[in-house]
Amino acid sequence: MTNIRARVHEILAEQAMIDVADVTDDQSPQDLGVDSMGLVETIFAIEERFDIQVPFNANEPNASEFDISSVGAIVAAVEKLVAEQRG
Amino acid sequence: MRRVVITGAGTINALGANVADTQAAMRDGRSAIGELDIRDADRLAIRIGAQVRDYDQSAHFNRQQIALFDRYCQFALLAASEAIGQAGLEFTGELAARSGVILGTSGGGLNTQDENYRVVYEEGKNRVHPFVVPKLMNNAAAAHLSMEWNLKGPSFTVATACASSNHAIGQAFQFVRAGLSDVMITGGAEAMLCFGGVKAWEGLRVMSRDTCRPFCATRSGMVQGEGAGIFVLEAYDHARARGAEILAEVAGVAMTSDASDIVMPSRQGAERAMEGALRDAGMAVDEVGYINAHGTGTAANDKTESAAVAHVFGVQADRLAISSTKSMHGHCIGATGAIELLACLMALRDGVIAPTVNWQELDPECALDVVPNTARDASVKACLSNAFAFGGMNAVLALRAV
Repeated sequence: MTNIRARVHEILAEQAMIDVADVTDDQSPQDLGVDSMGLVETIFAIEERFDIQVPFNANEPNASEFDISSVGAIVAAVEKLVAEQRG
Repeated sequence: MRRVVITGAGTINALGANVADTQAAMRDGRSAIGELDIRDADRLAIRIGAQVRDYDQSAHFNRQQIALFDRYCQFALLAASEAIGQAGLEFTGELAARSGVILGTSGGGLNTQDENYRVVYEEGKNRVHPFVVPKLMNNAAAAHLSMEWNLKGPSFTVATACASSNHAIGQAFQFVRAGLSDVMITGGAEAMLCFGGVKAWEGLRVMSRDTCRPFCATRSGMVQGEGAGIFVLEAYDHARARGAEILAEVAGVAMTSDASDIVMPSRQGAERAMEGALRDAGMAVDEVGYINAHGTGTAANDKTESAAVAHVFGVQADRLAISSTKSMHGHCIGATGAIELLACLMALRDGVIAPTVNWQELDPECALDVVPNTARDASVKACLSNAFAFGGMNAVLALRAV
């Protein structure tokens, strides 16, 4: 597991108040029990943890560039942003 | 119009984390004013306050709640839990649909504002937590109370500085009396003891550097406190029908505006508020055995309030007791009237009048029976609770023993 993947899993587990071992890439945030406000807080935690800007609009979460459809999609999007913004 | 009673009371403040501990401290005449334990206190000229000490938010709330609940909101939730628990009410169906919450606060989520201004201005960060707005807003505490207890009727927040709680309680009283609701949750919450909060008050030059001694010739100004007081107001018939314990009757309220000065109080405004509350309650001056004074410990308030009481009550002014419990729990600003109502309940229910502590020497301009330093046993059938705010906005509550 990449470092970024592990950290994203940790953030989502903390937000969902579940064990990090129960977070898998194929789940959606909703599957984990993360609601819309929890998602906004997750984005904030990701920005803080990786020191990146995440293009995310809470009015239209699914229309944002940042793919939040699944845990795996979030990991991939964060990896891309980290490469672009910090590379 | 219907009679309205109090069937639940709750608090957290510097004197205690519940009503019993707070009233015990008032009986003992214990002052909770001490050195402020807050960040950057060394940059403050005023370093004292009546702080809620040994408070561990994680003992009461989980991480997600803490992300949303400012300190003032946490205080409101804890006090409400005690009050609604005592009342023994469950809000479902029609009762839930008609019950609401009216709270007073002045600063709202001031700690949240202070912390986040630091983050962006002092630390130069360009990102704040996403919940800053819902955490700092002045209606957050009322909103979380409505959510926690399923209160689906009219809910809102009243902000009239130091009279916020009395305006809120008075408004809730009028809702129940008029039949708009059978039950209203009301009171106030405040948490201004942060660097920015104290720094702002310092600017006014009315803050004491030693302690709060209301109505005393050697007074040195006001001292800030913090906390919450929450009450369940219920229609008398509703409370009787379910066999609820009645703590006291809210008999009347009056609200007036000085319409004169933004900070200096007016004797006429205070008098009209006290007279109005007596009239609203159908209460004769000789019924009143106790007044919980606004009693801030500033020269402007104490002299004006004393003169107003003397004028309204005439010879009865020399027979009644008047004390300022701000000398113990500090001036809790938007929560202060609610916390002070606990002293009224103690007088009406337990026959104990809370003292004005730290008192040293008679001020001829405040020549009333201020119950200096030691609590007193007395049979009190009716009392007033005064609140005279900056802005010249006054609200006085009249209560009776049941």
